[in-house]
Amino acid sequence: MADATRPSPWQTATVVEIRPETPTAKTFRLRLDHPSDHLAGQHYIVRLTAPDGYSASRSYSVASPPDGSPDIELTVERLPGGEVSMFLHDEVVVGDELEVRGPIGGWFVWRADGPALLLGGGSGIVPLMAMLRLARNTDRADLARLVVSVRRPADLYYASELPGPETTVIYTREAPPGASRAPARLVLADVAPVLLADATVYVCGSSPFADAATDVAGAAGVAVDRIRVERFGPTG
Amino acid sequence: MVKFTRGFGSHHGERDPRLPPGQYDTGRTWPVLTAEATPRLDTATWTFKVEGLVETPTTWTWDEIHALPPSVYEGDIHCVTTWSKLGMTWNGVSVDALLDIAKPQPTATYVMAFSHTGYTTNLPLADVTGGQAWVAWDAEGGPLAREHGGPARLLVPHLYFWKSAKWVAGLRLMDHDEPGFWERNGYHDRGDPWLEQRYQGD
Repeated sequence: MADATRPSPWQTATVVEIRPETPTAKTFRLRLDHPSDHLAGQHYIVRLTAPDGYSASRSYSVASPPDGSPDIELTVERLPGGEVSMFLHDEVVVGDELEVRGPIGGWFVWRADGPALLLGGGSGIVPLMAMLRLARNTDRADLARLVVSVRRPADLYYASELPGPETTVIYTREAPPGASRAPARLVLADVAPVLLADATVYVCGSSPFADAATDVAGAAGVAVDRIRVERFGPTG
Repeated sequence: MVKFTRGFGSHHGERDPRLPPGQYDTGRTWPVLTAEATPRLDTATWTFKVEGLVETPTTWTWDEIHALPPSVYEGDIHCVTTWSKLGMTWNGVSVDALLDIAKPQPTATYVMAFSHTGYTTNLPLADVTGGQAWVAWDAEGGPLAREHGGPARLLVPHLYFWKSAKWVAGLRLMDHDEPGFWERNGYHDRGDPWLEQRYQGD
């Protein structure tokens, strides 16, 4: 546990695969020079350094589950004007080396050791995907329920992998043809049916989403001290 | 050892000298980073306590703390997630004014700041005295928003901003250091942005 919350020094990682997730999101698979076990929900920092010494770094959640692999996957949303995310999207190719540091975070983590409700808004699904993948990989899918909120179908990350009895996708602006639920923000009726007894709730998304989702979880009867929140600001 | 990134150019202009290493200027935006649900606190029942190793453990109500001499901070704040917000104006009361009333005992060397949510963060006493720390309720000319820690938060702007406990409820003075919430979860015990003390071991 102590080791899991103490990040490595900066190390070099090699980009071994880049996959598009949506028109504005890509997953970067990085092979670490010094592999380190991470926990589902943790993040890494990516640091870019220019020849004049200027550097820029940002934190990105790990989407891949802990599985003993020397690789981690980071899914990055391309934010207009975001100097790191734009560089990763527009310049980085397979074979490039990046400086990274991690894994970081000992609070927004899940070890598949108790029931969990995962509430994600948009790109906030990334750390929750590591948790869902961990649950599925370890035959503990019974412990996890994931509800992800996206504006429209094209915005959904991991769209082919996500469907399953433990996942729900809700659409806030535009639903797929034939959907029975009209587009709307996350409400109690989306959450109450999938709330397992004694679940810890993990909320990740923009600040407005996080506030709305914690309110909904509270309305569903979840005590405040069982709700863990990770907010995405405009961190570029 | 710093490694240059292929293709990452040098055309970044002058770096603002107010930015500590590894930080960027978030401009007019003010990101929100919180590990908990945002509480709704009523100033009618709000209190702030100074307790532990003090001569006079003291509790202030909202009105009582506002009756103390006002104090302003004008300057920058630095979040460990790498954004800094420059040139802010905060209003509140200096922690010095509170400690003048509660009177730390000679053995007090550290404080644990605690919030109405249960959040905690530890600081050396020397980092919250000498005009370096405030209990702040106004930011940028208006009441501090709930999401930013309102109605009042601790403000210790020379350290990374997780030390500036949102929804602060008080300070407990101690004769030893012990880790608070993020410090137990891998973050540095002191958190000086100019030394990049982000994580345990930095």
